[in-house]
Amino acid sequence: MSDVQWKNPVVKWVDERLPVFSLMHHSTVGYPTPKNLNYWWNFGSLALTCLIIMIVTGIFLAMSYTPHASMAFDSVERIMRDVNYGWLLRYLHANGASMFFIVVYIHMFRNMYYGSYRAPREMLWFLGLAIYLAMMATGFLGYVLPWGQMSFWGATVITNLFSAIPLVGDDVVTWLWGGFSVDNPTLNRFFSLHYLLPFVIFALVALHLWALHVVKSNNPAGVEIKSEEDTIPFHPYYTIKDLYGIAIFMIIYLAFVFWAPNFLGHPDNYIEANPMVTPPHIVPEWYYLPFYAILRAFTADAIIYIPFGWFFITPKLAGVIAMFGAIIVLFFLPWLDTSKVLSAKYRPVFKQFFWIFVINVLILGYCGAKSPTDTLFGIKLEIVSQVATFYYFAHLMVLTPLIGWMEKTREVPNSIAAAVTKPTKTEEA
Amino acid sequence: MRKFVISAVFGAVLAASAVVGSAFAAGDAVKVEGQDWSFSGVFGKYDKKQLQRGFLVYKDVCAGCHGLRQVAYRNLLEIGLTEEAVKEYAAEFEVPAGPNDDGETIVDGELLVRPAKLSDKMVPPFANEQAARVSNSGAFPPDLSLMTKARMNGPDYLYALLTKYEEEVPEAFLKEYKEKHGEEFVLPEGMSFNHVFPGYQIAMAQPLSEESVEYEDGTEPTLENHAKDVTAFLNWAAEPELEARKSMGVKVMIFLLLLSVMLFALKKRIWSDVH
Amino acid sequence: MADTASTAVDDNGTEESRRDFLLLATSAVGAVGTAAAIWPFVDSMNPSADVLALASTEIDLSPIEEGQSITVMWRGKPVFVRNRTADEISKAQAEDSAAMVDPQKDGERIKEGKDNWLVLVGVCTHLGCIPLGQKATDPKGEYGGWYCPCHGSHYDTSGRIRKGPAPTNLPVPPYEFTSDTTVKIG
Repeated sequence: MSDVQWKNPVVKWVDERLPVFSLMHHSTVGYPTPKNLNYWWNFGSLALTCLIIMIVTGIFLAMSYTPHASMAFDSVERIMRDVNYGWLLRYLHANGASMFFIVVYIHMFRNMYYGSYRAPREMLWFLGLAIYLAMMATGFLGYVLPWGQMSFWGATVITNLFSAIPLVGDDVVTWLWGGFSVDNPTLNRFFSLHYLLPFVIFALVALHLWALHVVKSNNPAGVEIKSEEDTIPFHPYYTIKDLYGIAIFMIIYLAFVFWAPNFLGHPDNYIEANPMVTPPHIVPEWYYLPFYAILRAFTADAIIYIPFGWFFITPKLAGVIAMFGAIIVLFFLPWLDTSKVLSAKYRPVFKQFFWIFVINVLILGYCGAKSPTDTLFGIKLEIVSQVATFYYFAHLMVLTPLIGWMEKTREVPNSIAAAVTKPTKTEEA
Repeated sequence: MRKFVISAVFGAVLAASAVVGSAFAAGDAVKVEGQDWSFSGVFGKYDKKQLQRGFLVYKDVCAGCHGLRQVAYRNLLEIGLTEEAVKEYAAEFEVPAGPNDDGETIVDGELLVRPAKLSDKMVPPFANEQAARVSNSGAFPPDLSLMTKARMNGPDYLYALLTKYEEEVPEAFLKEYKEKHGEEFVLPEGMSFNHVFPGYQIAMAQPLSEESVEYEDGTEPTLENHAKDVTAFLNWAAEPELEARKSMGVKVMIFLLLLSVMLFALKKRIWSDVH
Repeated sequence: MADTASTAVDDNGTEESRRDFLLLATSAVGAVGTAAAIWPFVDSMNPSADVLALASTEIDLSPIEEGQSITVMWRGKPVFVRNRTADEISKAQAEDSAAMVDPQKDGERIKEGKDNWLVLVGVCTHLGCIPLGQKATDPKGEYGGWYCPCHGSHYDTSGRIRKGPAPTNLPVPPYEFTSDTTVKIG
């Protein structure tokens, strides 16, 4: 880090005592980045953009929000009607959450396609999953704050998941609520935690970036950096590319904010919370839907439930275990993937299965949105979600190792430079 | 560039799938016909004359049972009513006056009240839900401040609800219902038949009909016009920021397109030596 | 910092200057956009529409008898409304030319033809305490108006500072008579 000589005396003075300028230099101009990153690699900086937008809009919204069960709904309406540009802040925040998840999902699928979770980037992947988990918690807590019908019933349903824990489940739920139902104490603590968690995410992001700078970016070729020929400085090449990406992202994001601000929300949340009336269809926010489908897939007569039955696990607990397991299993991905090749670009079989997996997750999402008694292509969604749940785990735990062993991979270029200068036939295809 | 286009398409597909998923989330609400609203579309704006007519309908017909508690009287100035008229209207309602000099809020068993002012929120017709149910044979007329946002395709749904009443349950409907559900549709006593309300029966009797309200600006006082005007007014009540939002959106988009083009050109130039 | 790359990019001078212009123009547009984006956040902390709607208060003067005062709340602060006696008025007018910290004539502090009505923001201009003198039993200070117990500022029957540390007279809020017996403050 000490390789830079600063000319400006003030900068030099500060840097000798606290090397912030060297750090900035090191992580931008001095940071060698693979020269072949495609636009899928934009989603990391987009996620950071989203986080910053969420934190800033959130701080300003908190200035006008009242976390009290009898005032929260009206205080949100006051933000929408009376606070200067309050509608803008709130719609930026509400749609920003959805955009953040879209961006992070694409970021994760990109990682899975190009094998970015593989050695030596396991820690980077773990930190990413930790961020994702913290985001899910934050998103859930935040959705409760407007105190609409979906807020209230979403909070009730999700906190009730913990009642599936054997022996202490009910006590845990009472503890989470701070009472005997979701009420004012629940709202108060949810607000407190919703304000706290984004800063935890921010710290995790710092670690995520630190880990990235240690192991360097993966790239579409999936081969490590070997020489200077393989890299270009992050700045200005990727700063300008990221900025361009952010501008395009803002167009999509703000189009929602200005013209369809409630499209991704649920109408029922414009009805104030009523503990005496449950809405006909309780649905979580779209970004939880695949997991919601996994949760619901475990009914007493489901084939996937049978092995749980051997251990006297109730279907309810089985669903909860599977839902959390769906994320836990991702932590083992670096070892479940046995292939010698990282990038799906050179893995013809894995590539196909990757896209099937993506479609499977989307189908799970569809199942989560609809009632189990609805149908998809004439098949009851109850069945569809059971099959899709099974396939989700089968892909990660069985197919991924098997394909790694059995697949005949294409020839991998010797270096990043070689991948860029001499495009092989496979790459053209 | 080819790669980018592919990437963008995939990104869009992924986003669209998520979006479709959430859109489906609403479940099996009855499909309603889309109407042509002045406030829909990219450049949508409210028609102030229509809002004023809509307010008239609300005031004369709806306000007896339905409140607009999120709207303040001062907000009515925004649809072009005069300050005098709004003040006069507000003064018809009473709000708690707070303690008098002796610290009392109730004198001789009567709550101390004062006439409502511009700064007050519109006073609901019933003090609480229980009072509302007592006066409406058990049904609770909901507050309408956010009604168009609290229903899928709110304005279209509301218009359909107000215009799709039938005095008698239609034969064709009865037949179709029996085929679909395997049992007869029975309309309970005191309920009205409506094509779009969930369950096809609604406690609110048909509120609007021809000449329900006298218009002063020469607009035909038909059922359709009444329904359309009051729906527009209620959409304004739910989304008073709509015009500001859309007009800001247009400006921001023009700016972002310009910025994107410039950034793209700069990106091309900076990267010109790499590929 | 972009120059580090540009030296390596091309030898052609015009290419480079075109890029410099593009960089400059893009930065300028970006900076304008960022500045514009900051405004809604800043403005959201300004008084909101419902707060502004309460920024004016109407007061019925009819129950205030001569020699009496009432205190009303206006924008979160106490406002003194006093129905002055003929004695107080003549005293205030007589002292117009006396030596004062913040010289002002009594006539400038009331509405023409409404000599008896004195409307003041009841916050001591020294450090923000509320002066005494509203109640009959209150000390009124050496000049018969108001007396601030915190640091001993004395105000006269026109609310002017006559003695003590306060730097200016008690301010007169913007107000108007909407009828003979009602004033609208703010």
